[in-house]
Amino acid sequence: MIEFENVSYTYPGGPTAVKEVTLKIGKGESIGIVGHSGAGKTTLAKLAAGMLKPSRGRVLIDGLDTRDIPVSELARRVGYVYQNPEMMLFSSTIRDEVAFALKNFGYEGKEVEGRVIQALKSVDLNKPLESSPHTLSFGEKHRLAIACVLALEPEVIILDEPTTGLDYARCVALFNTLTKLNSQGSSIVVISHDTDLLARFTKRILVLEKGSIVRDGPSKEVLRDIDFLTEHGFVPTQLQILASRVGKCAPTPEEVAKAIMYCKPVQQR
Amino acid sequence: MGGLSVRLRDLYARYSVSADWVLKGISLEVREGEMLVVMGPSGCGKSTLLYIVAGLLPWVIPGVVKGEASVGGIDVAKEGYRGLVGRVGIVFQNPEMQVIAQSVYEELAMVPENLGLPKNEVIERVEWVVNALDLGKYLAKNPQSLSGGEKQLLAIASVLTMRPKVLLLDEPTSMLDHRGTRLVLDTISLLKREYGLTIMAAEHRVEWAVEVADRILVMHDGRVMLEGEPEELFSRVEEVEKYGVRPPGASEVAYELRRAGVKTPIPVRLRDALRVYGL
Repeated sequence: MIEFENVSYTYPGGPTAVKEVTLKIGKGESIGIVGHSGAGKTTLAKLAAGMLKPSRGRVLIDGLDTRDIPVSELARRVGYVYQNPEMMLFSSTIRDEVAFALKNFGYEGKEVEGRVIQALKSVDLNKPLESSPHTLSFGEKHRLAIACVLALEPEVIILDEPTTGLDYARCVALFNTLTKLNSQGSSIVVISHDTDLLARFTKRILVLEKGSIVRDGPSKEVLRDIDFLTEHGFVPTQLQILASRVGKCAPTPEEVAKAIMYCKPVQQR
Repeated sequence: MGGLSVRLRDLYARYSVSADWVLKGISLEVREGEMLVVMGPSGCGKSTLLYIVAGLLPWVIPGVVKGEASVGGIDVAKEGYRGLVGRVGIVFQNPEMQVIAQSVYEELAMVPENLGLPKNEVIERVEWVVNALDLGKYLAKNPQSLSGGEKQLLAIASVLTMRPKVLLLDEPTSMLDHRGTRLVLDTISLLKREYGLTIMAAEHRVEWAVEVADRILVMHDGRVMLEGEPEELFSRVEEVEKYGVRPPGASEVAYELRRAGVKTPIPVRLRDALRVYGL
């Protein structure tokens, strides 16, 4: 459980990126964070992961102030995947990269190997374990970075724009993996511009604007509110508009198709 | 203004900073006045493709290019960007990189002045683009005070003062909000319709692409995976799914309907979907 108590964050000599945010992220939640560039999404996520400490207010992870928890303890509880995977990769082989934190956490031998293989499998990265992370493409590096965090099975997994550089099939596969982890009890927090995928795979949406949360509600409700989205400068997707036309609160292709079948006759060309 | 054709044959490219080929044998032809949207995830090579057609790679950006590239018969590989001045204009993803002057007028006059055109011709070209894109209301403003969409529009306008025959757009709306995106999309449609420009745009958002494209090219890892007119391309459901291409939401709904046994055409644009689905 992560709690924000009236949290503000000002970058040294820079702008106040997060302003007076009060928020609870409960166990087993799946949350999407949306907002324009500069809205404070990454700052909020880093505060939640304890990587940044609030300028004002408190962030509590399982009741402990992030200012007081040692980094090693934080990493067990909250995993954070950077938008730029280069920030996370430093080992000379893929195996060492994924195994690094596992070994630090005291895992050994077969347990490490098993988790490495499982984590790489869940992100569909089929490169030789002995190859260097630096020979990978951007998309592959991103998947490796995600695998490093997944291997630790933290209670909360925060991903900053995880779909960058992924094709659609891999985006869906990634969200399926996250959904599976979520159903096993992990909380998932995903920053993304892709409101269609968030509507499909998350249950709650936070909309950030200029450092404040301007909307916090069920994904299916927030992401079909065309007026709200347009007013706040988001481009409503085809699915969102179609969903709003059929009065459906679940903007997924399946749900919209069902609504069309049962409520409206399909015009034949 | 009219357009010129673009022809690429068996094109390979890489940047000096890496030994990996970014383009791995691309062949394609863009007709005069056609709008081709190149799609694919980041890193698939779509920007690189534009840099080659603009004569920037390897002339300004260090790298290696193999194969043939020509614009209206001009050999880009041989002439580089110098041979394309006045023919090919490129607009980058981030308008902040391209908008530099203190006034909108200065910004617009910069390209024709740098081309060494006489003053009356400079004025005439600025006036033309101001009228064509309805920029009168911005003329007195400082470009830095404009919104993202307005800046991107200005970046496109300054390139147009070159009177290019081919316009290259690298994810022109990725930094923009709803209003800005609409503004830029409408402008692109106008340029195609009224002036017959050949346009190549890199874009990863499919719903943007199907609105304006005559043809869509889907790239992956430096190769062309799929290619076709929007409706035709997204009616190839099996291939679309096999290559992991994201269909527009309107088409995804049709796929689901068909899966449920409903006979329906596959719309790609919102307006067609609303009509087909009777909404």
